[in-house]
Amino acid sequence: MNSATSGRIFAIVVAIGALATLPYWMQGIYYVNVASQILFYAIFALGLNILVGYGGLVSLGHAGLFGVSAYAAGYMLQLGYGHSLAIAVALFMGMASMAVYAVLSLRATGIGFIMITLALGEILWGLAYRWISLTGGDNGISVPSRPAPFGFSMSDINTFYYITLITFIASLALCWVFVRSPFGAALRGTRDQPRRMNALGYHVWAIRFWACLFSGLLTAVSALLFVYYTQFISPQTLALTSSAEVLLMVISGGPGTLLGPIIGAGLVVIVKNVVSAFIERWNFLLGAIFVAIVILMPEGLVPGSVRLWRLAMRWRRTKGGTAP
Amino acid sequence: MSALTVTNLCKAFGGLHVTTNVNLNVEPGERRLIIGPNGAGKTTLFNLITGEITPDSGAIKLFGEDITRTPSRRRPHLGMARTYQIITLFPRDSIIHNVSLALLGLSPARWNPITNLRHQGHLIENGLKALERVGLAHIAERPLSQTSYGERRRVEIAMALAQNPKLLLLDEPFAGLSIDERQDVHKCLMAIPRDVTMVMIEHNMDVALAFAERITLLHFGEVIVEGNRAEVVDNPRTREVYLGH
Repeated sequence: MNSATSGRIFAIVVAIGALATLPYWMQGIYYVNVASQILFYAIFALGLNILVGYGGLVSLGHAGLFGVSAYAAGYMLQLGYGHSLAIAVALFMGMASMAVYAVLSLRATGIGFIMITLALGEILWGLAYRWISLTGGDNGISVPSRPAPFGFSMSDINTFYYITLITFIASLALCWVFVRSPFGAALRGTRDQPRRMNALGYHVWAIRFWACLFSGLLTAVSALLFVYYTQFISPQTLALTSSAEVLLMVISGGPGTLLGPIIGAGLVVIVKNVVSAFIERWNFLLGAIFVAIVILMPEGLVPGSVRLWRLAMRWRRTKGGTAP
Repeated sequence: MSALTVTNLCKAFGGLHVTTNVNLNVEPGERRLIIGPNGAGKTTLFNLITGEITPDSGAIKLFGEDITRTPSRRRPHLGMARTYQIITLFPRDSIIHNVSLALLGLSPARWNPITNLRHQGHLIENGLKALERVGLAHIAERPLSQTSYGERRRVEIAMALAQNPKLLLLDEPFAGLSIDERQDVHKCLMAIPRDVTMVMIEHNMDVALAFAERITLLHFGEVIVEGNRAEVVDNPRTREVYLGH
């Protein structure tokens, strides 16, 4: 094992250790809740990153899918069904809508794909507003209780955090396995050279379709955590701004990396929830941060930092070589 | 049975007839050269044979099997491989990753989302074998972005060879190469055994004539001369439209 690999393993162990003990060293339950939010938004961003970063398919309608799963869970619970059934239906509905999305949007790539997903997201947002008998319109749907898997009640803030953390680690592990797999390599191939991939014997459409479903699964999982966290779902969640926000998490952190979307989710959630308490114009600040990222690190925070770090190391080495 | 039979193939883009009643018969093991001036429809003919473009009429048979309506992605599975005139590779990855992708395309493992690609030993092993045939095995792990143009041409050929094709279509494999690089590519092509049938588009007559047994001359989408080396070179039509006087 070389030093880079062992360094990486050390960093992962430290990160998991810090996250696992977070409720003990973090001051105040408010910040534990912020940490939970970062984690489930990170799952959402990881799901979108499968398409944006690895498939080269930029979706601006993912908040619609997120909303379908959240509404499905809320509606089932409102009807009086149990949590297990509500969760199963929410996951199914999320994947089913993603399949419909994929069939309609995969007729195009590039700008065409963006526009079709945008339109589909807007349709779902419109339905959430107008189909009042199902969604409650502007009033939304309240979720009366949180589930208690294996007897651990998620009503407790720390328990909610830990279950979110476990789900997050499982989702990240799934993504890690996925991107290293032959199928992951095929997906990256369709991003870089779709025509060549077709000529090599790959079914480009089917590869993209299955990648969409995987992205939809992660989106549905994060939507479930979201709806249990806020215990409320309204059309605002499906709005275009939400789709843009999660896309910004992916792009600012670094698309096509596993760490990037997580860092991006952390950045957006912290500015929205923590910094906004001190700065009234937090939207302005978030915008300024994005502009800075685009100018200084167009490839995203994670790949950009790696580049700067390498540059700094090389500079130090050459300077060290000439100094004596 | 012929390796490749093209019958009355036609393709028009609007009013522009790029392929007109093309008939082609390539025997197994043959080395066929397709020549013609710019815009003669040579690459279009390749795109029709590989299925990237659908013909308006006519038929294409691969070893007796009618593949006219077979989707282009199925054709590599039937033993057809091609290289591109404009190099079409995966620039962010290593040479061996490029060749592994070619192998993976024909393997059911391409649907596998669980195991690590690097643990698919047979892909790496066969990829290295293909790179050995073009003399690049020693730099297999090098990122493609750090290779020369001539090396990339050879990666193109290695990817096609890795798929173990029965019919290999080469679209200007010598384009843009230096004299030394041309010799390298020429050697790789001459070393390909006779169980592979090869059709090549090429402008560079020195290397192309040494390679080909039969030559087809295309002009404005039509076959105007076909025959062995001497017949085609001596034909007055060839001199008129292609070689010059």
